[in-house]
Amino acid sequence: MTAANAIERPVAVAVEPRRRGPLLRRVALHGTLIGLMIIWLLPTIGLFVNSFRSSEAISSSGWWTALFPPTGLTLDSYAKVLNSTDIGSGFVNSLFITIPATIIPIFVAAFAAYAFSWMNFPFRNGLFVLVVGLLVVPLQTTFIPILQTYGKLGIAGDFLSVWLAHTGYGLPFAIYLLRNFMGSLPREIFESAYIDGASPVTAFFRLALPLSIPAIAALAIFQFLFVWNDLLVAFIYIGAVRPENLPMTVQIANLVNQFGAGFELLGPAAFISMALPLVVFFSLQRYFVRGITGGAVKG
Amino acid sequence: MDPRLVTAALVVIGVPAVIVGYIYGTELVLRRASEKLRSRARPWLWLLPALLFLFAFLVWPTILTIARSFQGKLAGTFVGLDNYTWFFTSPDALLAVRNSALWVVLLTLFTVGIGLIVAVLVDRVRYESIAKSIIFVPLAISMTAASVIWRFMFEYQSKGHPQTGTLDGIVTFLGFNPISWLQIDTLALNTILLIIVMTWMWTGFAMVIISAALKGISPELLEAARVDGATEWQVFQGIVFPLLLPTIAVVSTTIVITALKAFDIVYVMTGGNFGTDVVASQMIKESFTFNQFGRGSALAVILLIAIVPVMLVNINRFRAQEAIR
Repeated sequence: MTAANAIERPVAVAVEPRRRGPLLRRVALHGTLIGLMIIWLLPTIGLFVNSFRSSEAISSSGWWTALFPPTGLTLDSYAKVLNSTDIGSGFVNSLFITIPATIIPIFVAAFAAYAFSWMNFPFRNGLFVLVVGLLVVPLQTTFIPILQTYGKLGIAGDFLSVWLAHTGYGLPFAIYLLRNFMGSLPREIFESAYIDGASPVTAFFRLALPLSIPAIAALAIFQFLFVWNDLLVAFIYIGAVRPENLPMTVQIANLVNQFGAGFELLGPAAFISMALPLVVFFSLQRYFVRGITGGAVKG
Repeated sequence: MDPRLVTAALVVIGVPAVIVGYIYGTELVLRRASEKLRSRARPWLWLLPALLFLFAFLVWPTILTIARSFQGKLAGTFVGLDNYTWFFTSPDALLAVRNSALWVVLLTLFTVGIGLIVAVLVDRVRYESIAKSIIFVPLAISMTAASVIWRFMFEYQSKGHPQTGTLDGIVTFLGFNPISWLQIDTLALNTILLIIVMTWMWTGFAMVIISAALKGISPELLEAARVDGATEWQVFQGIVFPLLLPTIAVVSTTIVITALKAFDIVYVMTGGNFGTDVVASQMIKESFTFNQFGRGSALAVILLIAIVPVMLVNINRFRAQEAIR
């Protein structure tokens, strides 16, 4: 599945014959696009090649010198990263942090989104406007008080601290996305369920939840990528307190800032950290694009 | 077995079970209540977990941070507007403001500009899907990984040594002296380079949304204009662009917020050195490196104030959408 296929074209439009402009215009068109594609790929190719080279090779010649013909390529750095305690355990920590921090907000948000969509109560719109406002609050405004609270509770540095924080931070977007989707489900199906004597709990589990699977999938992908790719939240709440709990992003950032030793590990570490997001991205791109085009205002 | 694994499994299964159990539990209690009370209380009980989280992690901490910004290095020492006065008189802070402004303006221009160009051009070629995927993929990776990728672009070795950075490889191949890209703050060059890294990540976002809007424009409308003798440029300028404007506005608000919150790239690539600090990274530095929690809070509040207009735009747009629902 690719990005273009994911965006549904209007079905009824007949495919018109492509207009063949003058040669100059075609050269400009393809030149611009192919030029941009090369610029977009080049940085990644460079790091990719370097990730298979030894530290001496990386620091004594450019990555392009190893290409024609391919010389001195090795898997040593990958082996070293996977066996080195810091980055290897960082990968495991990233999983420990990400999975609960993806699942919890979905459950919390689903009930709230249903209440916002299909229940009547005073201040419903006002409260939802508040949620829309909270979407863009910079996380920076929350760090100091929460860190102090965590210190008092004695959970600073624990996985629990980031699970809770990511749940709180992810909720505005989660509620927003699910409410927009659930709210657009046809009213009649809920009305007829209620007439048949279904309780809101039944209507939620039997109707709203199964029908909202596309939105929940989009949300799960977003929250997963957001938490997996997060540097700041883990840096603040786990940070120096329990370095053994740090996720990959922070481990890699630390590696960048220590010059010299382990420089050759950066490339493999970056690619290992990218592997999971890229798998998620390519296998679920349809949901990813739908989530973005269907109301992404998360900051 | 790793005790963390047990904890994680407990959390993954336990928390959803607790939340679902809570909903069923409230329903059992509500069954005893009168019909009127039941329909009044139920929405609030369903909202309660979410509202608690929002209050505990966003609303209340923001209020405390605003209060903290009027206190000194030690909590409880009221200093009035000192932290804000410091902010508007410190050269470092003012530089961070300039840089944040550059981020907002340039990142929006670059991502929306390139995103629009790609969206329009890619519509006319056969390799549309692969071109889009290539531009779009960087959005899925972390800013940390993006920073590592771009480090090897900007890497610098002094003259005479073999160059290892891609850009300096090109520059020296063309016969010029190598450039220490990230250390040059003349004309904010290094800040602009950091913005380019973020542009590389976020152009795909602008492109995908603009492209979706572009596909929604009726082809008959464009064909009618072409039949009437309009050139491609006139069609774009007179019809396509005005129709895309609302979408471009939506994309821009998201990009502006992203630019204001940008922290990771600055932190990983330069650590805020060589005059590349932005407000978001300086907030972290003041708070957690210098333990200046008062100043850090003031910086966070300034960031919040800068975002409020975007927040209001979002809310207004949401209200307008609701009105036509």
